[in-house]
Amino acid sequence: MTYRIPRILPSEITSPEIFLNRRKVLELGLAGAALGALGPMQALAANLPPAGGKFNAPRNAALSITDKPNSFEDITTYNNFYEFGTDKSDPAVQARDFKPLPWSVTVDGEAEVKGTFAIEDILKPLDLEERIYRLRCVEAWSMVIPWTGFPLAELIKRFKPTSKAKYVEFTTLNDPRRMPGQRYRVLDWPYVEGLRMDEAMHPLTFMAVGVYGQALPNQSGAPIRLVIPWKYGFKGIKSIVRIRFTEMQPRNSWQVAAPNEYGFYANVNPKVDHPRWSQATERRLGGSLLGSRAATLPFNGYAEQVASLYSGMDLRRNF
Amino acid sequence: MNVTGAYRYIVKPLTFAACAVPAVLMTLGILAATGVIARSPMDLGADPVNRLIHACGITALNLLLITLAVTPLRQITGMNHLVRVRRMLGLFAFFYALMHFTVYLWLDQGLDLKAVWGDIAKRPYITVGFTALLLLIPLAVTSTNAMIRRLGRRWQKLHRLIYLIALLGLWHFWWQVKKDIREPLLYVGIFAVLMGWRLWHRQRVKARSAPATAPGRI
Repeated sequence: MTYRIPRILPSEITSPEIFLNRRKVLELGLAGAALGALGPMQALAANLPPAGGKFNAPRNAALSITDKPNSFEDITTYNNFYEFGTDKSDPAVQARDFKPLPWSVTVDGEAEVKGTFAIEDILKPLDLEERIYRLRCVEAWSMVIPWTGFPLAELIKRFKPTSKAKYVEFTTLNDPRRMPGQRYRVLDWPYVEGLRMDEAMHPLTFMAVGVYGQALPNQSGAPIRLVIPWKYGFKGIKSIVRIRFTEMQPRNSWQVAAPNEYGFYANVNPKVDHPRWSQATERRLGGSLLGSRAATLPFNGYAEQVASLYSGMDLRRNF
Repeated sequence: MNVTGAYRYIVKPLTFAACAVPAVLMTLGILAATGVIARSPMDLGADPVNRLIHACGITALNLLLITLAVTPLRQITGMNHLVRVRRMLGLFAFFYALMHFTVYLWLDQGLDLKAVWGDIAKRPYITVGFTALLLLIPLAVTSTNAMIRRLGRRWQKLHRLIYLIALLGLWHFWWQVKKDIREPLLYVGIFAVLMGWRLWHRQRVKARSAPATAPGRI
């Protein structure tokens, strides 16, 4: 099944002037006219593009790899998102009717600024950018994906975490009516992930709201998800509804499910195998049928930037 | 048409065609994935190699279970002639198991024998699967009429290996699943029913024939 980009007529698109000034327009008492002009765009956020539209997000070439990205079709039909089924072709089908908007994120724990924030307010002050990262799945395959988003550090700073905040914990939406995969307890819902504070503040750690310049498809973790390019894909928690600053190390879902197979750090490491399969190599998807297997690089190729975060740590024990 | 004719001209060709369907679909899938044809009824998706490995493996397991269902079906329906397609089913199971390994060895591992041997030696689920494949070889080799005649009673003994092979195949399947065990569980359930039926049937036959063969009662 392919993801269909909804068609939108040029006449339906609100002009940027009206859109950006919509509050002012309302204040001026032109509510009726403004609502009429906004039309189908009412529900959309300031920084999210209209359906089928594109983000205005320049590429950050310095932090992008130069490999050719996988096709939009590959990226959006081969997903591990157990909230929408455990087969990798399930999410594209089962998430089709999911409505990510309106969306809000609750921030709590060891921070000065807490509360529940609409995604529009989260995005408003941010400059979005595009980054091309390699995604290495713990199942030993990889893709190259052009994400649109912003560094997580930019967001964290606004919440002013206290000195007690040693970790950040993220939680996915828990709503079996909207996420049918949650009706089967394959994991202990809701999905939880975590990062150490220095990992979360690292410039490579990215919050994605788009892929290929358009809003995240539901199956990719709409409307907002985490991307940590040097870690296995399961660390990249999707459809985030809660960010909590903690003193204790969070217990991430896959670690809870199988502590001997999945750890907290989950750094890509060709030298530390999964107990059941090798992590030394990976199938790079999108190439030819033959010869797509390549060596897996330490920290997925980002060792130069991130290895120092783990100096002195036994990566065999902290897998 | 007598039973022999019906099998030769109808049942066997149909069984062959049905068993070949997955192979044909996979071939079309490969042709589409490599751009030789525009579209195929089987779309191999973003990870075609993995999809092929899985499709071959599942088909092999399906055929193994169908092969194991022939005897219970004969005993339930009294259609003893069903045994005439069993060899074909078994050989197709072997074919798909061999393809499963070949795709892994060639397309996935790029004929890197060192890596493959490392997997077989180090990864228990691959060790188990490879053992099942090796055990299938003597069964395939001794499936000819000449071999059946030559081996006599030993043939049946040898071919009881199929129970162990199915068990190893299912174990291999179960072990490589990440978390959602519903599908392997279903396969194991079917296998348990097929084996349980055999045990139950044997007990019943024994119970029925026991008084007649008891000493002093002729």
